[in-house]
Amino acid sequence: MFWLCLRFAQLALDVVRTGLDLPPRTPCAVVDGPPQRRQVVLADAAARKAGVHAGQPLAAAHLLCPRLAVAPRDAAAERQALDSLAAWAYRYSADVSLAAPDALYVEVGASLALFGGWPALERRLRAELAGFGFACSLAAAPTAAAAHVLAGLDDGLALPALAQLAPALGAVPLVHGGLAAKAVATLHGMGLRTLGELFRLPRAELARRIGTDALDQLDRLRGLAAEALPRWQPPARFERGVEFAFGVESHTALAFPLQRLIGELALFLRARDGGVQRFTLVLGHERGASTRVEVGLLAPQREAAALFELARTRLDRIALPAPVHALAVRADDLPPLCPLHQDLFETNRREQLDWPMLAERLRARLGNDALKGLDCVADHRPARAWRFVSLDAPADPPRKNGRGSGGSRDALIGGPRAEGRGLKSIAAAAAPTARPFWLLPRPLALREAPLRVLAGPERIESGWWDERDQRRDYYIVQLRSGQRAWAFVEAGTTDGWTVHGWFA
Amino acid sequence: MFTSSSPDPVAVSADFVQVAPAPAARTRPAPPPAPPRARDAGALAEVLRHPGIWRRGAPGAAVDALPTGLAELDALLPGGGWPRGALSEILAEHDGLGECSLLLPALAALTQARRRVVLVAPPYLPYAPALAAAGVDLGQLVHIEASAADTYWTAEQCLRAGCCGAVLNWLPRADYPQLRRLQLAAETGAALGFVFRPLAAARETSPAALRLRLTQADGEARIEILKCRGQLGAGRPALRQRA
Repeated sequence: MFWLCLRFAQLALDVVRTGLDLPPRTPCAVVDGPPQRRQVVLADAAARKAGVHAGQPLAAAHLLCPRLAVAPRDAAAERQALDSLAAWAYRYSADVSLAAPDALYVEVGASLALFGGWPALERRLRAELAGFGFACSLAAAPTAAAAHVLAGLDDGLALPALAQLAPALGAVPLVHGGLAAKAVATLHGMGLRTLGELFRLPRAELARRIGTDALDQLDRLRGLAAEALPRWQPPARFERGVEFAFGVESHTALAFPLQRLIGELALFLRARDGGVQRFTLVLGHERGASTRVEVGLLAPQREAAALFELARTRLDRIALPAPVHALAVRADDLPPLCPLHQDLFETNRREQLDWPMLAERLRARLGNDALKGLDCVADHRPARAWRFVSLDAPADPPRKNGRGSGGSRDALIGGPRAEGRGLKSIAAAAAPTARPFWLLPRPLALREAPLRVLAGPERIESGWWDERDQRRDYYIVQLRSGQRAWAFVEAGTTDGWTVHGWFA
Repeated sequence: MFTSSSPDPVAVSADFVQVAPAPAARTRPAPPPAPPRARDAGALAEVLRHPGIWRRGAPGAAVDALPTGLAELDALLPGGGWPRGALSEILAEHDGLGECSLLLPALAALTQARRRVVLVAPPYLPYAPALAAAGVDLGQLVHIEASAADTYWTAEQCLRAGCCGAVLNWLPRADYPQLRRLQLAAETGAALGFVFRPLAAARETSPAALRLRLTQADGEARIEILKCRGQLGAGRPALRQRA
């Protein structure tokens, strides 16, 4: 393990300073506490020079430094800043841990080879950190606790070997050792000044005087006890938005901010190594409820271009009820991305790649329910012997087409005069498997009697159990126009021909 | 992209050859002895070398095709079946002449090879038991509902994507530019495009690689090959059969 500790000692000040809009070199401090007893939490260098320090009452600080600018502490903003720094650090390691209120642990031992060794990684981290505008000191050591201590002492220390740790920590003053203030005061009272003096004392006697918690900290520093650090997880939802200074009325003008937001979403998904299955575009209006546009996908995706195209198609389909003042993209459904290549030797690889995208594109324009699959249902009544199935349902196990394909096809297309052409005779056509290609959504009454009956009757009588009882005699008939129809009469009658399908 | 209605030369010449008595040119061998005739033949050959002119009898490029399942029809068609990466038109007089069943063997072969078959806005309900009985793997079948305005767009997207084995379209009011777009999309996606149109459309020119006419007489369906790209197989161009 090689833990990097990033300490943002001025974080509380850095997050509020931008909001204060101060002239440069103005002493500045963050205060906290009940209004009557405000205390300084953190003071910048100029204020410290004037004698302001943490823990001081605000009135005293003002006496010492009349120009002191103060801001109340914003713990939520600090937490958010630390979270965004963790999201940034997540690029360099999967093991990132927050040490509230102002430090971050990153396990970089596993990433060193990838980023070209510690010096190169350190340069890169410092260059990127400079862009955030947070004062930072960093140190790396085989234990996180030691890295934390070293980062508080000096900037840029890196101790790769565990053996170097005890000598390096030996000279560290007790106040920087990460021990509780009470324990430090006790030890000072005993005349102890450095961690090294502590390491040499017998454990049992030391534990009796400063408690086991402090002893554990000493053990963790040297790597003698295991460290349990909560692992930071990237957020499970995405929400970004932009606000416009004026109302946007055209879809075209929304495309550019939308593209930027979707680009951020794609970056976010890439960092999570996940995809998005469902996201929402929220269009905020000056008054009234905001418009929500749901974008659902059949399979998770994370390609910025594809997501943008889908989102824009959905957006173009709705009419804007009022000028848009804000646009936001929210994504809650972030499943892991399935690997695109399921089988190395998949023959239809191109198809595997393209079909989900095509389906998404079609669904975006035609509506979610436009694409359907077909399936057979075990029911004798023709109108109920099939159903539409949703495409995103898991694929059925390979269906057994019980009947031989060749024979039944001939049975389907065989006709009375086909004997000489090698096709199956009328007997085959009369087989109970003969079903028309088209089924009429609602049966159609025939105006004239059919020219001739080619096959039948086939009585279909079923459905007494669900109030949809049917007793029909089905025939394959030929009409005067030459069309072959699947027609029925109610059982027991010979009149009232009704077409239910075409042998197209 | 393709808004101009200028017909492409290949398709027009194909139709032209179909109308003109081209078989005469094919059957009659160029007589070598007479010098003036030879010169005429040379001049003609030069004209015929124009890339925009295609002769029905000339051996064309090999056609990649999927067998129709009807041996008689396969024998007539260049490549021995439905042309891949091209549009095939089926012009039927009425519904119920077996025009869709004509495709069933090909659809069964495609779906069993795990290729997707898309039905774009069919006029009736495709009856799943009939399809299953013909050997079509229903898991590979996609039924798309689209409004009349979206039908062309959908058909073109499906043909172009390259992930659909076959795309079946019912386009009663298609015009030449629209069909040309679909034909190009089918070429791009290497898909089998099928277009069902009414018989009246037989009079119009079409960019489709294959055009079949289905009529009926005396209760018997009759398939005629109106046009096909590539060399016709030996035999009559019309097939009398209850298809």
